Amino acid sequence: MNNPRSINEIQDEIIDEFSMFDDWMQRYEYMIELGKSLELIDEKYKTDDYTIKGCQSKVWVFAELEDQFIQFTADSDAIITKGIIALLLRVFSGQKPQDILDAELYFIDQIGLKEHLSPTRANGLLSMIKQIKLYAVAYQTQIEP
Amino acid sequence: MKTHTFDVEAIRKDFPILKRTVNGKPLVYFDNAATSQTPIQVIDTIVDYYSRYNANIHRGVHTLSQEATEAYEKARETLRAHLNAKEAAEIIFTAGTTHAINIVASGFEPFLKASDELLVSEMEHHSNIVPWQMLCEKTGALLKVIPMNDVGELDMLAFDQLLSQRTKVVFCNHVSNALGTINPIKEIIDKSHTVGSAVLIDGAQAAPHFKADMQALDVDFYTLSAHKVCGPTGVGLLYGKREWLEKLPPYQGGGEMIVEVSFAKTTYAGLPHKFEAGTPNIAGGIAFGAAIDYMNQIGFDVIAAYEHELLEYATTELKKIEGLRIIGEAAQKASVISFNVGAVHPYDIGAILDKLGVAVRTGHHCAQPVMNHFEVPGTVRASFAFYNTKEEIDILVEAVKRAVNMLQ
Repeated sequence: MNNPRSINEIQDEIIDEFSMFDDWMQRYEYMIELGKSLELIDEKYKTDDYTIKGCQSKVWVFAELEDQFIQFTADSDAIITKGIIALLLRVFSGQKPQDILDAELYFIDQIGLKEHLSPTRANGLLSMIKQIKLYAVAYQTQIEP
Repeated sequence: MKTHTFDVEAIRKDFPILKRTVNGKPLVYFDNAATSQTPIQVIDTIVDYYSRYNANIHRGVHTLSQEATEAYEKARETLRAHLNAKEAAEIIFTAGTTHAINIVASGFEPFLKASDELLVSEMEHHSNIVPWQMLCEKTGALLKVIPMNDVGELDMLAFDQLLSQRTKVVFCNHVSNALGTINPIKEIIDKSHTVGSAVLIDGAQAAPHFKADMQALDVDFYTLSAHKVCGPTGVGLLYGKREWLEKLPPYQGGGEMIVEVSFAKTTYAGLPHKFEAGTPNIAGGIAFGAAIDYMNQIGFDVIAAYEHELLEYATTELKKIEGLRIIGEAAQKASVISFNVGAVHPYDIGAILDKLGVAVRTGHHCAQPVMNHFEVPGTVRASFAFYNTKEEIDILVEAVKRAVNMLQ
């Protein structure tokens, strides 16, 4: 399914949403809600092949190409990680592979969650973003062999 | 006997870092089992070294080099006395416990054959598993595991059965980093010796809490990291009995560890230099000595008693939280509490505690076999040092409650 809005439009929209929160508590509560409502990966893909093992939490991510657009589904065993995944998928799912490859991710910094992307957190999110880009590379070559 | 008085508020003044805030809250530092904080006396020692007598040791004829050598060797003697080793040459400075274990594990390669066995406890840190697995891959020797029970104590009956004439090395931690269990190492050492096996005890987690006496324990190898005993990172020690250290081949080649080098043959230096190739972490070694001096001035008996009080208090208070499960409830424990609350993921609790200024460790603590045993993805671990207080434990308990409320 095509997402009619561009990656940057969605990033700006998320930044706008988060600007309503006064403090970290509200931001985290919202993230936790997002985590709970994440559309989950099909259980059959929650195998080692689709697992990104962080030291702290695990992440699963799966992607398929539907009519030029990549649809991502994912999950994590930690709820805050899951909340960030929900945001990442909102940005990337339904986009064209080339747009995903060209995208610069700036919203996480701006909504005050950048510590979750620190390599020391080892929660699998950094590897997940890398994996999303790898899927985009793979599907891009399918579209333009 | 010298009696020690204990004033935690006075002690806290020695630690500049304890004054800082994190995310706008006063820092509550409960990640001591990973790294302890550094008192001003140790920081001053490092500053003094670089300000006054920074020089390469052991071969310089100039004054600075001699002063640095003297201070470095004095630190070695401090550590010898602390551990009651027979001689200072049995204390090898290393980069830390991991390095120390690797020296021993790789040193055993020439002495093992495929029919030999090594015994490891189920509650080891990866650093005391992987080097031995690598050794087994090279030699064909078999690695066998001493299991633990559900409170996190080693199954000593199983140990008796595993031990045999084929056993060549037994390695085990003195205190488990993930569970806090204090292991019956004297029994392990004595029984292992009856079959002629060598024993390495990883003392990294014991050293912050109590003294270990090398001669009384009759242990073959013992390891320590400075950064767990108020010293700097990147330095530690390997204690080894002279007879073993002489037998093991050097781990690294280079300067400092030789007597004579020609392209035909090199003669290795004697102990401890045989295992200290290259320029060591001189400031680190000297500061390691200063850290041990600092802790001895407070007194390990006093430290152990106070930390036990903190452990009991925290255990009681944490258990009042609904759904909280402590992982590791051995009868003999150091001041470490690993826990989970209901099905809440430890990462989520840790992330929220950080926002509240409370530093704990979450994850598998580099002890995945322990997590597998208890069937958890990881735990939240709070570990207490002598500069922590009951008030800080109250903050932790409130913070955990708040985190769980948000997450459930």
